[in-house]
Amino acid sequence: MIALVDYGAGNLRSVENALDALGVESAIASEPEDLMRADAIIFPGVGAAAPAMEALRTRGLDRALVDAVHRGTPFLGICLGLQLLFDWSAEDGASCLRIFGGTVERLPTREKLPHIGWNTLERVADHPVLNGMEGEAMYFVHSYVGVPQDRQLVAAETTHGVPFVSAIAAGSMVAVQFHPERSGTAGLKLLENFVEFARVQPPTPSPYPALPKRGRHVTGKGEGG
Amino acid sequence: MLPARGKVDREQRVLFKRIIPCLDVAGGRVVKGTHFRELRDQGDPVAMARTYSEQGADELVFLDIDAAPQQRATLIEVVERTAREVFIPFTVGGGIRDVDEINTLLRAGADKVSIQTAAVQRPDLITEGARLFGSQCIVVAIDAKREADDRWQVYTHGGRQPSGLDAIEWARAAQRRGGGEILLTSIDADGTRAGYDLALTRAVAQAVQIPVIASGGAGHPRDLAAVLTEGRADAALAASIFHDGAYPLRQTKQYLKDHGVPVR
Repeated sequence: MIALVDYGAGNLRSVENALDALGVESAIASEPEDLMRADAIIFPGVGAAAPAMEALRTRGLDRALVDAVHRGTPFLGICLGLQLLFDWSAEDGASCLRIFGGTVERLPTREKLPHIGWNTLERVADHPVLNGMEGEAMYFVHSYVGVPQDRQLVAAETTHGVPFVSAIAAGSMVAVQFHPERSGTAGLKLLENFVEFARVQPPTPSPYPALPKRGRHVTGKGEGG
Repeated sequence: MLPARGKVDREQRVLFKRIIPCLDVAGGRVVKGTHFRELRDQGDPVAMARTYSEQGADELVFLDIDAAPQQRATLIEVVERTAREVFIPFTVGGGIRDVDEINTLLRAGADKVSIQTAAVQRPDLITEGARLFGSQCIVVAIDAKREADDRWQVYTHGGRQPSGLDAIEWARAAQRRGGGEILLTSIDADGTRAGYDLALTRAVAQAVQIPVIASGGAGHPRDLAAVLTEGRADAALAASIFHDGAYPLRQTKQYLKDHGVPVR
């Protein structure tokens, strides 16, 4: 069963609908136990980092997510679900899940922000989930981007005035800055790839074992990723 | 099936301009009429949304044009069905007054809501919506009418009531309050099919950092090309040229591509 991480604010409905359309069963996961039992995890997120982290901590989902990733449960992060994997977000000073070393920064572009609309995947790494996605347009809506310390993590880039990381991958984990559930045929194909990847891939723990330290809780409003 | 692709061209490394069909909905059907008169049935909104999505629409907008409270349930049912069948972003607008209504529509599956009259009457609605749901789902709709050469006034209540607000100032205020996008309609151009108001669109697009969706006046694909280049719009919304089959969406996007406008 694929677990959709529900921390109370993210809009899960569109991901759920997309999986339904693919004939794939999913279940809402709002308790740590739901993530322990999951065969695969999809972590969609919208909104700002600090309230999302706060909600995850309140439900004990932060710890459960990190544990699941370290067990090698196949994982797909979407939008904020990519950004929260890093150490820290400049959006509102939030301390994040610290699964990967790196930060979340405002996109240093002279183009308009938020970056809203369809843009192209470039330099796509050879990865089962991203197979055939080079040159495909996906739907983005965000102002902040993940900046990994380790460039090996980068699985795709996209250009909005400047190039930025639009997908990362390591072990059984994939995370994308765009919204596959809103990206038409190409997006549904990516979700289908992930479902298949989760089915055949033996659990591969993240090569970045880092225990999350409980960081300072800083709240503030953001502008939606 | 996805076609095999080569490397990404330099020209492709940009955010594409969005083409957005607009569906006016009343009583659960897509209708078209002039200023709320002679409404003509155009079809089932979900079926039309699906068709436009297959033809390459980048987003969709549903405008609830009767916005009567008793019809709200019908609209929500349309939103839920669309969300189950269509996998591109869509915005819902028309008569939204408070954050509860925003919440209901987003939960039903809308990606964004567009607010207009209520935002003029109570600008805090933009701030509250952005804080609760994120700027990315708050579209501020502005209906503007030309007053002088470089001045446009904001109208509310379906373009009938002047607000006293300057359109460019209001667009800036909407951005400051957390609006994620501006849906800008020229009352003068709307329904004329004589092209978008390029001066208005350019003035607003240059005044704000957030994306501007141009609306009102599309009669030919060249009008979309003009507003997306000269008009500096980030997206172009149109209804009748797509609905009546004069310029199907696919053909329109091909025209734009052929004329150097970056579209998907």
